[in-house]
Amino acid sequence: MTEPVLATTTLGRRFGGLVAVDDVSLSLAPRTVHAVIGPNGAGKSTLVNLLSGDLRPSTGTIHLGALDITHWPSHRIAQHGVARSFQHTNVFAAFSAFENCRLAAQSRHKSFGRWVKPAERYGDWNAAADAALKIVGLASRGGIPAAALSHGERRSLEIAMALATQPSVLLLDEPLAGMGPEESAHIVALLKRLAADHAILLVEHDMDAVFALADRLTVMVNGRILASGAPDAIRANADVQRAYLGTEAVSTL
Amino acid sequence: MEWLIQILNSVQYGLLLFLVASGLTLIFGIMGVINLAHGSFYMIGAYLAFTLSSLTGSLWLALPLGIVLAAALGLLLEWALISRLYRRDHLYQVLLTFGLILIFEELRSVLVGDDVHSVAIPAVLGASLPLTETLSYPVYRLFISAVCLALAGLMYVTIQKTRFGMMIRAAASNPEMATSLGLDIRWIHALVFAAGVALAAFAGMIAAPVSSVFPGMGNQVLIVCFVIVVIGGIGSLKGALIASLLIGFADTFGKVLVPEFASIAVYLLMAVVLLFRPRGLFGRA
Amino acid sequence: MKRSLLPWLVVATVLLLLFPMAAEKFYLQLVTKIMILAIFALSLDLLVGYTGLVSLGHAAYFGIAAYTYALASQAADPANVWLTLPLALAASAAAALLVGALVLRTSGVYFIMVTLAFAQMAYYFFHDTRIAGGSDGIYINTRPDAHLPGLDLADDLHFYYFVLALLAIVFALLAVVLRSPFGRALQGIKANEHRMRALGYATLHYKLAAFVLAGTIAGLAGYLAAAKEGFVNPEMMAWHQSGAVLMMLILGGMGTLFGAVLGAFSYVLLQEWFSTLTKHWQLLMGGFIVAAVLLLPHGLIGLHRLRIKSRAPRPEGDGD
Repeated sequence: MTEPVLATTTLGRRFGGLVAVDDVSLSLAPRTVHAVIGPNGAGKSTLVNLLSGDLRPSTGTIHLGALDITHWPSHRIAQHGVARSFQHTNVFAAFSAFENCRLAAQSRHKSFGRWVKPAERYGDWNAAADAALKIVGLASRGGIPAAALSHGERRSLEIAMALATQPSVLLLDEPLAGMGPEESAHIVALLKRLAADHAILLVEHDMDAVFALADRLTVMVNGRILASGAPDAIRANADVQRAYLGTEAVSTL
Repeated sequence: MEWLIQILNSVQYGLLLFLVASGLTLIFGIMGVINLAHGSFYMIGAYLAFTLSSLTGSLWLALPLGIVLAAALGLLLEWALISRLYRRDHLYQVLLTFGLILIFEELRSVLVGDDVHSVAIPAVLGASLPLTETLSYPVYRLFISAVCLALAGLMYVTIQKTRFGMMIRAAASNPEMATSLGLDIRWIHALVFAAGVALAAFAGMIAAPVSSVFPGMGNQVLIVCFVIVVIGGIGSLKGALIASLLIGFADTFGKVLVPEFASIAVYLLMAVVLLFRPRGLFGRA
Repeated sequence: MKRSLLPWLVVATVLLLLFPMAAEKFYLQLVTKIMILAIFALSLDLLVGYTGLVSLGHAAYFGIAAYTYALASQAADPANVWLTLPLALAASAAAALLVGALVLRTSGVYFIMVTLAFAQMAYYFFHDTRIAGGSDGIYINTRPDAHLPGLDLADDLHFYYFVLALLAIVFALLAVVLRSPFGRALQGIKANEHRMRALGYATLHYKLAAFVLAGTIAGLAGYLAAAKEGFVNPEMMAWHQSGAVLMMLILGGMGTLFGAVLGAFSYVLLQEWFSTLTKHWQLLMGGFIVAAVLLLPHGLIGLHRLRIKSRAPRPEGDGD
């Protein structure tokens, strides 16, 4: 068994009296797609927000390799190669698609002290931004303001921005939500390729995509892990069928 | 005994500030509007007290008249201008209400002039309570504290116990839901704004006999009230009350102990709170 | 800088260069004053227009540099620009660093109120203590001396060109900084700070750097204002001053450097015009501000943009 890239132990988060994530111990292995599924309100997005540092855990720890990142702020976690996408598209609406990715690529470099040379003259950053746009299929749309892209294109842009930061870990929160079938198929193929050299945590409702991609599945219900294992084992798990997948879903598996 | 006087002054000043600050914090909490002109309403109140009591010959007549005028002004402003700011950037709220300050200050200059005026303390409350052989405390200041406390209590009961209060709380926490419950948000906004104006003006009116009436008095109060809202936490009446009293003490005792730095004491207090509680003592995280 | 504005920039520069040939002393001094305020407005534009930080206390840094200069030049001889200017800028920068570290812990409407409150603290510091003449302020006997051959700052014409040169330098400096990776990061923060953090930017550091830079440039404007008037008083830091410079930005159109300069010119000229009409010019100014907020959401430069828009319709932003 290889060392996990990202691991949580007994991770929990309360909002007042509500426990959104409770006692979640989970480890993300390198070069795998680890899907987290569960009904709405199961705590999946909260989990992603905890891993990315957008929320602070109430209990438990998070380790990135050997580093304890439990209390790190989000920008520091991102600097260490953990990129995320958002469930609700979160891009720079007024900036062009290219500039969105260029800013993402720039984030990997020390730009705090760079006050003189124009940003667009940093060739490597431009190249990284172009590459990220190309890989998600937006190469020809770089000049268009993000706000003018279609919904599906903006979802792709969201992924491109994550990739432009050249991460080792990807936290993807429902990347396929609202995409058309063609775009969806394109992203599924892309994620398959990315899994060759990234660790991907995928929160997704599209079961076809989940079972096509996942090397490992974790099912969450009411903030807790109900089951975790290989996709086939999960499919066969009676608890999971009862609690979540339902008869209809199982029949399509 | 001298300390007792300072304590009473602190409480009186703090409670007076609370009347102004509570409107400011409610208007922000419910409508999301930062209202720089709020201090002007305090100033307007003081000038109303001066003008109306000279016209009618009695502060007791001036007070109710002034409240009605101030509330009417509030309704008018809300309808004509403030309601257009609800969904706009804070920057524009700042500017429009800044423009209002210039207008109010200049109107005051045109109508009443730039002189400092005084308002007589009503004869009934003109006495002083003897504390020792040489020290005494004016009854009117006690009256101010009592009235402010009564109003604070009334505010609490209105917001916590009445149907209107429930509507206000619903509107503050979730405007969409409040609308879907059939509450007419526009009326709630108008009434809250008018009440805020009336409270600030009332504070100006009852303060007029002790503070005198002078140009620029509104701005001075406004900025102190900002400090109160920041310390107390935006939208929190409890925070505003506690912060008002804190400021009352910091300012009063600052003036006695370190006269040159008294005005700064208030801001240092704010700096300390910001260091430890960036969203104020009772601010929502 | 948008290319479409470049010709206007050239025209404006040429006009300012040639202006003294045609102008009487009064107008020369007026335009000098406006250019100083333009530097001030540019500094605030960096915060409000490019970083999204609405400061209502920017006059503090203007005033702190002015006071530093005044206190450093109480001798009868002219002060040396190369000593007093760095000192004044350093004072403003240090104050901005200190205040920035505190106020940037807050955001939104808190930020507005807290910046105002700290500026008021600076105001009262000079108003209530006897350090520099209290509420009366203090006089500076002579203009500073730059010790450059042929340059005599005591001469209004020379001073005019000195200020114009500094305005050009500040404009160019900001134009360069805003195109740099640092400047792009600031604009990203204005557009969506949360996303910038998620991308790995330590946004607080960027905002603090912008706050200090803006405070320093405001200090330059304050230094020039004190040098020009030969006089400082606490009113330089009063919040009316902070409000007025915000109004200049709105008037000109924030988020464009040219707009900030345009705003300074429009605001002061408007003020001059109103004050020829009535001694209660503030009434007109207040009414004008209210009307401008209601009718002119993008500033004067927005009029220009409207024209471009009608030629090439641009997509609507959804403000994500």
